[in-house]
Amino acid sequence: MRITQGTFSYLPDLTDEEIEAQIRYIIQNGWAVSIEYTDDPSPYNVYWHMWGLPMFDLEDAAAAMYEFQKCREAFPNHYIKINGYDPSPMWQAQRVSFIAHRPKKEPGFRLHRQLWSDGRRLKYTLEAYATMRPEGERYQE
Amino acid sequence: MATQYAGKGRYSKAGVLEYKEMGYYDPDYEPKETDTIALFRVTPQPGVEPEEAAAAVAGESSTATWTVVWTDRLTYLDRYRAKAFRVAPVPGNPEQYFAWIAYDLALFEEGSIANMTSSIIGNVFGFKALRALRLEDLRIPVAYLKTFKGAPHGIPVERDMLNKYGRPLLGATVKPKLGLSGRNYGRVVYEALAGGLDFTKDDENINSQAFMRWRDRFLYAQEAVMKAEQATGERKGHYMNVTAPDMEQVYERAEFAKEIGSIIIMADLTMGYTALQSLSNWCHKNGMILHLHRASHATFTRQKNHGISFRVLAKWMRMLGVDHIHAGTAVGKLEGDPNLVRGYYDILREQYVKADPVKGIFFDQDWAYLPAVMPVASGGIHAGQMHLLLSLFGDDVVLQFGGGTIGHPMGIQAGATANRVALEAMVKARNEGRDILAEGPEILKKAAQHSPALAAALETWGSVTFDFASTDTPDVVPTPSN
Repeated sequence: MRITQGTFSYLPDLTDEEIEAQIRYIIQNGWAVSIEYTDDPSPYNVYWHMWGLPMFDLEDAAAAMYEFQKCREAFPNHYIKINGYDPSPMWQAQRVSFIAHRPKKEPGFRLHRQLWSDGRRLKYTLEAYATMRPEGERYQE
Repeated sequence: MATQYAGKGRYSKAGVLEYKEMGYYDPDYEPKETDTIALFRVTPQPGVEPEEAAAAVAGESSTATWTVVWTDRLTYLDRYRAKAFRVAPVPGNPEQYFAWIAYDLALFEEGSIANMTSSIIGNVFGFKALRALRLEDLRIPVAYLKTFKGAPHGIPVERDMLNKYGRPLLGATVKPKLGLSGRNYGRVVYEALAGGLDFTKDDENINSQAFMRWRDRFLYAQEAVMKAEQATGERKGHYMNVTAPDMEQVYERAEFAKEIGSIIIMADLTMGYTALQSLSNWCHKNGMILHLHRASHATFTRQKNHGISFRVLAKWMRMLGVDHIHAGTAVGKLEGDPNLVRGYYDILREQYVKADPVKGIFFDQDWAYLPAVMPVASGGIHAGQMHLLLSLFGDDVVLQFGGGTIGHPMGIQAGATANRVALEAMVKARNEGRDILAEGPEILKKAAQHSPALAAALETWGSVTFDFASTDTPDVVPTPSN
């Protein structure tokens, strides 16, 4: 399966030039660029690891692109996303987020159903198959 | 008979006075920062002068009755009396006048849309001295806004809950609106969400009929939502319509939706302002996103000469507290002049809205930190219009493609995928700095090369447009000055 979180998951994987163009868009809006990575892609996993601090006041997309490439070298089998953060009043929130790199094989999720009270109601748990293994050993080449 | 206006003399004799002589028209009145100001479009009966008509509106929407009453003398009526302070002809329409009317802060109960509407649109619209009357806009003072909590979440918080940023959200209403069993209904929900939509939706008139009771629908829909989360690794939701015959059943359905794990519920405007505000309180308390379907609004918002403008309803709903509200598509099958629709979107989303006659907005409005409401564009839109929709509305909107998803020749999943591919391709192009209005069709065609679903959608609907003249249009004039 292909995890479709983030804005461009329904398009073919972005090339480095295309990723840099999106970083440029974040910078042009005055937003901060941040890079996060994980090997637990559950949609309920809010806090991915931060690759350094968010980059505020960037003037050139190349600096963020360099950090993204370093992150990709360090974690070639992880998910890496690039975010744009807007600290302006009434937002103070992310304005952009897309997956810029992903493992080659994505085994997907198990949906666990637990029958509840009346025989109709279910409690659901969504679990990535990969997270059965310890962190760092989840996705292989 | 000479009458002293607003003074004691008018009570010297029982009988009927003109409203403007009772103090309801006061061209020297300077509105206070804390006043609510209403702008009405007034069509007086032949022979009624516009100032008198405006005064009558002010009178009937505040303190007056048709005759002089001595009990007025028991209070400080100057405060409670609404004042028409300006009247101007509507350009290009000799029968109509704009009337500006100020209402003191003391007139409205704190945090009550029911009370504010009972005053401002309560009795006055049936008044015989007027042929027609329309409430065009309201300036609501910060002092009154601060008595409301507003949306349970607001746009940024909803995005955090869904983990979706930087693009419009996508939805679809399950069709056919009526007649599916719960199990078949859930099938549509699953296919649409697994194909790439973020939300599916109950329609306004699907509540709990004999062919599908609400409990069955909720259970099957939630199974579909979770299965779609499994298939995509994304958060998904189905707006569960909790509209019911009485509040007890509304709460029962809302509680059940929460218990089985839904992230969002919906309600119809037909429930009424008080019921909606109670449900909004429930959503504040229970962390549930609240979607509002504006069922019935066009019965009173559509005609230009009578009723209320949707922009006023949008303001009331932002105060009352909903997270989503349908606000028009401009390009789809339902009424909506593009400029006016953009005005509604501004009113729902911005923190400070500037007066803009082109968008039909008559007043600057400071929203006093009330959260922004996510507008929903729904009705007769399809993937081939993606460039128009994105440039009209930007990122913070739910685009709902019902027929444009479910009617896809390759099936519902393909319909959903077509919409999502079209959307992401258009957002990507916009962010890259391309002129999507000019290059839109080309961008879609290129995206369709790697998406057979989008190619089929463009082939099926690419040329469909709904090109009818709007009944409600802006007057597009600079604000007249005294």
